[in-house]
Amino acid sequence: MNIVVAIKHIPSIADDLPVKGNNVDFDSVDFVLNEFDEQSIEQAVLVKEAVGGTVTVVGVDVIGELDNVLHLALAKGADKAVKITGDDPAADSHQQAKWLAEAIKGLSPNIVFAGVQASNDLDGQIGPMIAAYLDMPYIGGVSSVEVSDHTATVNKEFAGGFGAKYSVSLPMVVGVQAASKPPRYAPISKVRQVAQMATIEKVAPSGGVSSGLSFKKMAPPVVTGHAEMIGGSSKEVAAKIVELLKSKGLA
Amino acid sequence: MSNDVFVITEHMDGKFSDVSFEMVGKAKELTSAWGGQAVAVVVGGGAASNIFASDATIHVDDAALSQFNPEAYGKVIEALVKEKSPRLVMFGWTAMGMDIAAWLSARTGKPCVAYARDLCIENNALIVNSQVYGGKMIAEVAPEGDMVIVACLAGSFAVEAGQGSTAATQIASPVALVGLKTKFVEAIKPAGGDVDITAQAKLVSIGRGIGSKDNVELAEELAQKLGATVSSSRPVVDAGWLPRTRQVGKSGLKVKPKLYLMLGISGAPEHLEGMKSAELIIAVNTDKKAPIFNVAHYGATADLFEVAEAMLELL
Ligand SMILES: Cc1cc2nc3c(=O)[nH]c(=O)nc-3n(C[C@H](O)[C@H](O)[C@H](O)COP(=O)(O)OP(=O)(O)OC[C@H]3O[C@@H](n4cnc5c(N)ncnc54)[C@H](O)[C@@H]3O)c2cc1C
Repeated sequence: MNIVVAIKHIPSIADDLPVKGNNVDFDSVDFVLNEFDEQSIEQAVLVKEAVGGTVTVVGVDVIGELDNVLHLALAKGADKAVKITGDDPAADSHQQAKWLAEAIKGLSPNIVFAGVQASNDLDGQIGPMIAAYLDMPYIGGVSSVEVSDHTATVNKEFAGGFGAKYSVSLPMVVGVQAASKPPRYAPISKVRQVAQMATIEKVAPSGGVSSGLSFKKMAPPVVTGHAEMIGGSSKEVAAKIVELLKSKGLA
Repeated sequence: MSNDVFVITEHMDGKFSDVSFEMVGKAKELTSAWGGQAVAVVVGGGAASNIFASDATIHVDDAALSQFNPEAYGKVIEALVKEKSPRLVMFGWTAMGMDIAAWLSARTGKPCVAYARDLCIENNALIVNSQVYGGKMIAEVAPEGDMVIVACLAGSFAVEAGQGSTAATQIASPVALVGLKTKFVEAIKPAGGDVDITAQAKLVSIGRGIGSKDNVELAEELAQKLGATVSSSRPVVDAGWLPRTRQVGKSGLKVKPKLYLMLGISGAPEHLEGMKSAELIIAVNTDKKAPIFNVAHYGATADLFEVAEAMLELL
């Protein structure tokens, strides 16, 4: 079974996002793996463990630092890593999906995993677009996957515990919301060891598309309401919260 | 090309979601400027479709559409928009819309704007505001071309503006739904047996900031002292620290308690969908720029562990 995981390296939202011109100032932000890609890598490895095969992780190297992410994926059980040398931090989802689809085509995948969304998917997610470019069915919001005999059985979540089970004849693209088990931990020592031994295949980007969006502005939201901030030390904050709750009959 | 706006509505168990009405209302506003029609598109049977304030409603029905099937629904919507060439196609940024909007964009080569939370017309051109980077940024974009696809965040527009009574035109699927690779197997229902967080007056809600399963106990102690129940954001559930029944948000439950005390939750749009109408929202977060502070009534830039322990001593 050829299992492929398409990942996205994206600006971290843990810190401030400075703006330059009409977009994020990509030079002054850290890039991280999309959080749903962690789930998607885990789900891919779980499928491999269940039915055998190889897991290939593919991503566009938008800032030239994808190796770290790929090493982590290998340490967590992926077998092969491929980076597309599309050195452009502003590459949008359409562009990345096209490059990824071209690279994935050559891997003859039986199943392709992608994170259900990424926080910078302004023009949509790569998963459904890869599916469109490769003419495969897509289901997103998936929280469990079982594969047998050229068929995947997936659970898709709607909301509040409601969902639906689908069976799909492979190949397909799965948009992972959560892996069927929480992602495993890879100790630093193992990641270091992998980093020394691993070879990462480099692929030149192929195919061009445009998202057709022109940026007019990028800015933090204009705040219409803001919380009344409770200042002071943690003890003072606690005292004020307790007082507030008591005054409202909530404690 | 027409100046019509197509709204892809969604229904489950015979009931349309709020976002369907919200988008119809917005579509009417846009078409009143553009001169086209606001068209509600209903895919699949089992729901009375004459309840929108649209100028027209198209209801496509076929046995293969009786349950949501992303492949079948995608094909139907693709065929419909290719035939009718609307100027704008609106999806919800929901479990259904998220499967189709970007796919349709790649299939048709037309632009797509996801996470849309507002649309307006400036000099006859469409401008879309999109809430990206987990709510930390708003991108204002101008999509090019004769047809644009948007996927709108639920709760962005007023529900009432889309409610009405327009007779629906029933049509057969515009595309043969044979040889589908995707088959609906069965519906999944929520697991019962746990407390119902939607029925609680007070929730102490924890996010990824809680750090580990062991720390959940601290939130439980605090909740107990307050006569509250512990709920959480999605990552806490995905990590296995709390059961799925405790999850608040887009893919979790919608709650409206008297008190929603948030410890270490950033306030991502998907979380806000589930709790923003709580009566009193208090957020404790170490990041002074956390988006939750734009929504909470009271906030503190502080360490949740220190605050929770200090509260325990006082209660
Ligand atoms: C289709 C879809 C559906 C989704 N549905 C839901 C849903 O139903 N519910 C939901 O919650 N999410 C949902 N999500 C996920 C959502 O996008 C976010 O990833 C999630 O809400 C983030 O949870 P969080 O705030 O706990 O984590 P984070 O965003 O990681 O935030 C953790 C916060 O904790 C703070 N913090 C860290 N340490 C401390 C400390 N010691 N003291 C105080 N603060 C601290 C940090 O500053 C940060 O703000 C969904 C996503 C998708 C794609």
